[in-house]
Amino acid sequence: MYAMIPLFVILPLAAAFLIPVIGRFVNGFQKVTSTTVFLFLSLLSLYFMFARDQVSYSYMIGGWEPVRGIPIAIYFTLDGLTVFMLAIINLIAFFATFYAISYIKRYTAENNFYALLCLMVGGMNGVVMTGDLFNLFVFLEIAVIASYALVAFGVEKNELEASFKYQVLGGIASMLILFGIGMIYWKTKTLNMADVSYILSNTRQDTYLLFTQVIFIAGFGLKAALIPFHAWLPDAHSSAPSPISAMLSGVLIKAVGIYVIIRLFFNMFSLSPQVSTLIIILGTVSMVLGVFLAVGQWDIKRLLAYHSISQMGYVIIGIGIGMLILSNNGSRSIAALSIAGGLFHLVNHAVFKGLLFLNAGAIEYVTGTRNLKEMGGLSNLMPVTYSTSLGASMAISGIPPFNGFFSKLIIILAAISGGFYLLASLAILVSIITLASFLKFQKFSFFGKLRDPGNNNIREVPFFMCFSMVALALLCLGLSLLIFPGIREAVLNPAVDALMNTTAYSSLILK
Amino acid sequence: MNVYLLCFILFLVGLYGVLTRRNVIKIIIGLSFMEFSIFLFLILIGYIEGGAAPILSKTVVTTRFVDPLPQAMVLTAIVIAMAANAMLLAIAVRLYKRYGTFDIRKINELKG
Repeated sequence: MYAMIPLFVILPLAAAFLIPVIGRFVNGFQKVTSTTVFLFLSLLSLYFMFARDQVSYSYMIGGWEPVRGIPIAIYFTLDGLTVFMLAIINLIAFFATFYAISYIKRYTAENNFYALLCLMVGGMNGVVMTGDLFNLFVFLEIAVIASYALVAFGVEKNELEASFKYQVLGGIASMLILFGIGMIYWKTKTLNMADVSYILSNTRQDTYLLFTQVIFIAGFGLKAALIPFHAWLPDAHSSAPSPISAMLSGVLIKAVGIYVIIRLFFNMFSLSPQVSTLIIILGTVSMVLGVFLAVGQWDIKRLLAYHSISQMGYVIIGIGIGMLILSNNGSRSIAALSIAGGLFHLVNHAVFKGLLFLNAGAIEYVTGTRNLKEMGGLSNLMPVTYSTSLGASMAISGIPPFNGFFSKLIIILAAISGGFYLLASLAILVSIITLASFLKFQKFSFFGKLRDPGNNNIREVPFFMCFSMVALALLCLGLSLLIFPGIREAVLNPAVDALMNTTAYSSLILK
Repeated sequence: MNVYLLCFILFLVGLYGVLTRRNVIKIIIGLSFMEFSIFLFLILIGYIEGGAAPILSKTVVTTRFVDPLPQAMVLTAIVIAMAANAMLLAIAVRLYKRYGTFDIRKINELKG
């Protein structure tokens, strides 16, 4: 079964190649191919999550066996965290593509849209699976260059400006990352993450390594839009077509930003209190400032984009508290709780933020505007959009039966039991402001008087869009089950174990 | 050590250009400066004093070769940087068609 691992990269890349070639002659080829590929990959990742007989796999590209114990091949590894990320990426990609079947009809060049989307997903799958630093850089560039083109897909003034800003900052980030990789190679003479981790575990933590770590935090922090590096995110995420906004906000910033930070700092570098503190500070600043910037927004998609920054702050502080406790040799159970909270919030955010962007796209699809002041009274005319967005809003602001409540609760509990009282109170405060901001969203878009009663165009969106929104809304409810014992052991715990046991990753490759 | 410092200074020159120039094309040139400084750095860390080109053949007698891996990395990175630059320039052309200027002070409809 483990021979199917490379399919996560091969299938999307092959689809990206075939869609422009064959799609020109065969009508509907692009839609069928991309949805089938994403559906198959999400089922495959769910299979790996629930039905595997072994904990982790590693796959050598080209079958190059290690020489005298030194790995020379590029490895694809599949451990708890990787499977977890793959499932999120491919599920959200499937729903976004299904939604796009109706939504993207307004644009020309449908083939290019699906091809770029496949390219982006292939790149992200590669970033998540690869065990080689330079290979990670290559896949990361595949994913982000495809996303630059997708942000500019509308080729109007705003889209071009946002894409230019995104590309300049993304270019700086890529160069910082390549610089960091060069520094690592200079020190250790290897690029394999497991091998680097083995060599670094035998060396002292010195200024050189600290400098490298700061370079990596700056590079991947730019990709993940943590607060001093966030300027591109609200423009890029609000200018892209809505299914792409859902992909960018829901998945891309996690796969190429947060995931890599987590993987590198837990499994490659040895944990240190200074870096953990820096990560917690970045997370706290993002969480607090992001929500204050979001409150004043009147453009739906900009409001949602600022909330992405704020919610990523929750994920980062959950992970950061775990890192700090582990590096100080504190209680392992609190660290595990905190990391579980961070990862749980990561998957929850992917689902509800994806859903909210799809809702925003549905509203824009029928009313033609994104300005909250120019809409109102849609609740009766668009019941599906209304009910799903109400669910997602309750999930993001942490109202009990929905998933967002449980992950925030776990993070806050972990912060309190770890002694981070200020962080816990800030997290509660931010949650309340988030609730206020989403009450505003609901009130201005769905309640009140209809702006233009004579307009017959305002009605429920087509089936494909409704299906994706309803499915994601059900996932919002269903993911709450993840905290119950039995399901938690199958999904969340393997991912947490992969991080808690920091040497497990390198022992997977260096047998 | 001086070479590495010069490399880092070239990187900072590029970063300065990206942050202070007003012209879209000059910003792209600044980014290229950063890319080239990183490529130079990668090549330098693979260099060994007096090493030969890493090609195995019967006529070469030395056993001192420079490290070939950074060279392979740089070749890949140049291709990637070319793709990124082509994308940037394509957007710059489109920007000029929409706004009629390359001045980023006049291209400011979005508020960060």
